Amino acid sequence: MSVFVPNRFQGKLIVVEGIDGSGKSTQLSLLSQWLRSQGYAVAFSEWNSSPLVKQTTRRGKRKEMFTPTTFSLIHATDFADRLEGYIQPLLQAGAIVCADRYAYTAFARDVVRGVASSWVRNLYRFAIKPNLAFYFRVPLDVALGRILGGRDALKYYEAGMDLDLSRNIEESFRIFQGRILEEYEAMADEMGFHVIDATKSIEKQQREMRRIFLQELGASLPNGVLEAPRV
Amino acid sequence: MRKTTPLEFYSTPLPGVDYSELQGKLIVIEGPDSVGRSTQVTRLRVWLEQHGHAVLDTGMARSALAGKGIQEAKKGNTLGPVTMTLYYTTDFADRLENEIIPALRAGFVVLTDRYIFSIMARAIARGEDRAWIERMIGFALVPHKVFYLRAGVKDLVSRVVLGRGRFDYWESGMDLRFGKDMYDSFVKYQTRLIRVFDRLAKTYDIEMIDATRTADEIFHELQSSISRLFTSHQGMRKISTGRPATKTA
Repeated sequence: MSVFVPNRFQGKLIVVEGIDGSGKSTQLSLLSQWLRSQGYAVAFSEWNSSPLVKQTTRRGKRKEMFTPTTFSLIHATDFADRLEGYIQPLLQAGAIVCADRYAYTAFARDVVRGVASSWVRNLYRFAIKPNLAFYFRVPLDVALGRILGGRDALKYYEAGMDLDLSRNIEESFRIFQGRILEEYEAMADEMGFHVIDATKSIEKQQREMRRIFLQELGASLPNGVLEAPRV
Repeated sequence: MRKTTPLEFYSTPLPGVDYSELQGKLIVIEGPDSVGRSTQVTRLRVWLEQHGHAVLDTGMARSALAGKGIQEAKKGNTLGPVTMTLYYTTDFADRLENEIIPALRAGFVVLTDRYIFSIMARAIARGEDRAWIERMIGFALVPHKVFYLRAGVKDLVSRVVLGRGRFDYWESGMDLRFGKDMYDSFVKYQTRLIRVFDRLAKTYDIEMIDATRTADEIFHELQSSISRLFTSHQGMRKISTGRPATKTA
């Protein structure tokens, strides 16, 4: 059974996935700048950013009200709002939409939280299949080294504190990220990820991304992908 | 679908939730807007409490988590159909885990004004995939009883006209513009909803109640059906409907 709905629009959907500290957002940002410089109309969508759902997510997090099921459902609601109101219309218009995290994030994270893998895969069946999905493969210690210490204090759900993995928030985060990493690795083949070695230099990773982009989508770009107006 | 006590699910159970010792009763009242659901819920509650049952009543978009968010979202004009289905499912899950299940464990009678069937019907009437939503919402408990207060579209129209006097945007399906204007869209959308409910009733164990009769007549029918529910299970006290003519098994 196909997980998603095929993209029957002219625009292209590109997503990046990976654990926190894998460097995926940096790489997506570089890719989108390059695409803009090539004259394409590029748009961005970030995980968990729908204005319609924001207050509810905030309330749930502040009061620690979430269970694995409601956590999963509210993120799917957020995703649906961005898909229906933003991503899909932009794809229809022919834009290149870059998504920082996609349904795969839920497949990894929510399963670690305890929801059934088949349930969460069904939940996102309305999602549009990306034209390209990059997965930034990184060993746990490398990713943790990049984020722990040099950033603001970890948050409750981000560290998986709701799972009672450890009373120490950093230790909880470590275990939680490790399990998410296992889920990503387990689905990499099934989902057809383009795997990027995220231990390489930023420049090397970016060259690899651009190469894959051109190889996979280069030929189809002249057919209706929207160009940015010349200024 | 088998009906047993304690309750079971339609498909996948909720993770991390203790389902042991659910000994209350879960009773659902479904039906379109303005058909008189809340009047019946209020009367049933009083009646059940008079007979010594503790009652929790709950209903759609009343969750601590998502209730406010849904109200806010419905004020705008950007709520898409899939988003709406998921938002209501979030609301339902929050109430199921935090209100309904704890109340059942404590032995309450849970009276719920709408359940998963309204969420499903609205989604299906808007063209969403029935299999998708059934798998998603399969964590719901199978209620002891589901009533659907059924009235035809003409009846619903006159209730709206004589009631609040204006058609509601969402109850008219105006988000998808089923018709050329508000009235036309209301008629078409509500017709679809009734048809979907009729289909759902064939799969799920839903008792159809003719809601074109008086509130008293409807109430008595609900009473006698609920009474049978209490007498048909071992260990539950027999309760009277207060109507001598009603025979309970």
